[in-house]
Amino acid sequence: MSEATPQIQWHRRVADKLATALAVICVLLVILPLAAVFIYLVIRGVGSLNLAFFTHIPSGSPGEPGGGMANAIIGSVVILLIGSVIGVPLGVGSGIYLSEYSRGQFGKVVRFTADVLNGVPSIVIGIAVYGLLVLRQKHFSALAGGVALGIMMIPTITRSTEEMLRLVPNSIREAALGLGIPQWRSTLSITLRTAMSGVITGVMLAFARVSGETAPLLFTALGNSYWSTKLNQPIAALPLQIYVYALSPYDEWHRLAWAGALVLIVIIVATSASVRWVASRGFAGGAQ
Amino acid sequence: MSVAQPQQPMGSALNPVGEHLRVVPRRSSVVSRFADFSFQGLVWLSAACVLAIVAFILMQLIKGSSLSLHQFGWKFFTGSDWDPVNGNFGSVPFVYGTLVSSLVALVIAVPLSLGVAIFITEMCPRSLRGILSYLTELLAAIPSVIYGMWAIFVLIPLLRRYIGPALAKTFGWTGLFTGPIYGGGMLTAGIILAIMLVPIISSITREVLTAVPHQQREAALALGATRWEMIRVGVLRNARAGIFGAIILGLGRALGETMAVTMVIGNRPKITKSLFAPAYTMASVIANEFSEATDDLYLSSLIEIGLALFIVTIIVNILAQFLIWSVTRGTPRRANV
Repeated sequence: MSEATPQIQWHRRVADKLATALAVICVLLVILPLAAVFIYLVIRGVGSLNLAFFTHIPSGSPGEPGGGMANAIIGSVVILLIGSVIGVPLGVGSGIYLSEYSRGQFGKVVRFTADVLNGVPSIVIGIAVYGLLVLRQKHFSALAGGVALGIMMIPTITRSTEEMLRLVPNSIREAALGLGIPQWRSTLSITLRTAMSGVITGVMLAFARVSGETAPLLFTALGNSYWSTKLNQPIAALPLQIYVYALSPYDEWHRLAWAGALVLIVIIVATSASVRWVASRGFAGGAQ
Repeated sequence: MSVAQPQQPMGSALNPVGEHLRVVPRRSSVVSRFADFSFQGLVWLSAACVLAIVAFILMQLIKGSSLSLHQFGWKFFTGSDWDPVNGNFGSVPFVYGTLVSSLVALVIAVPLSLGVAIFITEMCPRSLRGILSYLTELLAAIPSVIYGMWAIFVLIPLLRRYIGPALAKTFGWTGLFTGPIYGGGMLTAGIILAIMLVPIISSITREVLTAVPHQQREAALALGATRWEMIRVGVLRNARAGIFGAIILGLGRALGETMAVTMVIGNRPKITKSLFAPAYTMASVIANEFSEATDDLYLSSLIEIGLALFIVTIIVNILAQFLIWSVTRGTPRRANV
């Protein structure tokens, strides 16, 4: 740039065009696998989906035609419910603490720890829950799977709740407190309510993220090829079932795995799309 | 931006405020103070839970691996024998597999993510920006197990038939692309990991690039720089610590990624130079062998691998957070001025 002549030299212009072209190529290369995954999923998945997939449990012997993943779908619902019951209150609670009450070091430590927890590999969380619940109960259980997913939800929800609450202008808090409302009430009914759509966005994103998690369920929920909704028994889960079936040598199971993958991805994309839609209309989304 | 907002939420918040105005004075202050105290206690407790969980994970890992820690000591991380039958455990092949597959992933993902981030923040028309960032985020939303499955049924055949032979022909002399092409192996794992890393690295790079003050760009352009020179001198140079942080964060994710890698890496605890050869990673050995580890030492060794993974990812993440923070820390303040 030392040679700032009025006419831009050709090699600088070429470099500029080249950089732009490279960036475009990068974008195309990134979109390519995305398109490939989705197209392949839809083609293989739609062809394999039928009513039996949603109403039947896997057929008795491996690879035999027919059967479905009804038990895995219900199992995923059960595990995700347990996870949410644990993750949502703790996540929202600590988010409220960080945004409304934390002063000094403790808040910083918690925020930092939440980020650390967010980076912990999910399989390691599986090991810890295995030590806590499975070893003590002496068997794998739906509860253990739910606890593992719940732990994974906490950091995401904590940080998003905190950020959303911080977007609420201080004048609103001051107005509420100035009217003599106790702080807890003002936090819950005014601050949290104002930021509600943002907080829900965070919760849904955490939910979408853990709903596809497989690793922490491997040795907590374990999987189950029969009907089970008991909390203290091994339970099937959609991602686990996909994993097992995809690695199996049977075409019939591959078919079911594709169908399962399609259902899973539809759930996840629908969740995050609806979240985007809600967030774009709500207050917190507007403030972003 | 927060100044313009209060009008709209105030409307919805006014009603409860109006009601409470009548209610509050009647309430005894002791009750209200107690309620305040317990609410604060409650949210404090849930915040403390976050700390407790991380401490608890660490404790469980140390407790679970104590047997192997005692038995092998440091030898665990220098031995390359993984022999469950004779009770001999060394983790070198897994550490090697984890590091190399992550490295392959980074080599592929970093240029791509930087290109995408630069394109979205600096080059692309405004109308495309939202769609592109949504698409890259969609990549992040696909579960690991689906990537793994896609790799098994699409990527592996592709690699075995076309990409692998082509690589062997052109780059065979490096020694990295030799030997039989099974399809599954280090390279496949690296590619699938790279696809999973792109959204993470590019979204944080985007954040970092946006944080670079506009004056830097304007100054470069005013000096007669072309757009690329402006990006190079005005943007990338200022954001490099943050970009480095984004890469490290991606590395942290790659190290701990389990399912997709387990499904395609071939699961063989051998160190081979060729990227076509099957390998094994720390996370995938846990995923594969944990529920069938019958004796205590075997299980304990697997948990020790988990402990090592935990510690390494924590260090990597802390480093990444620090680097990202060093670039973005000033932005909220600047944005409000």
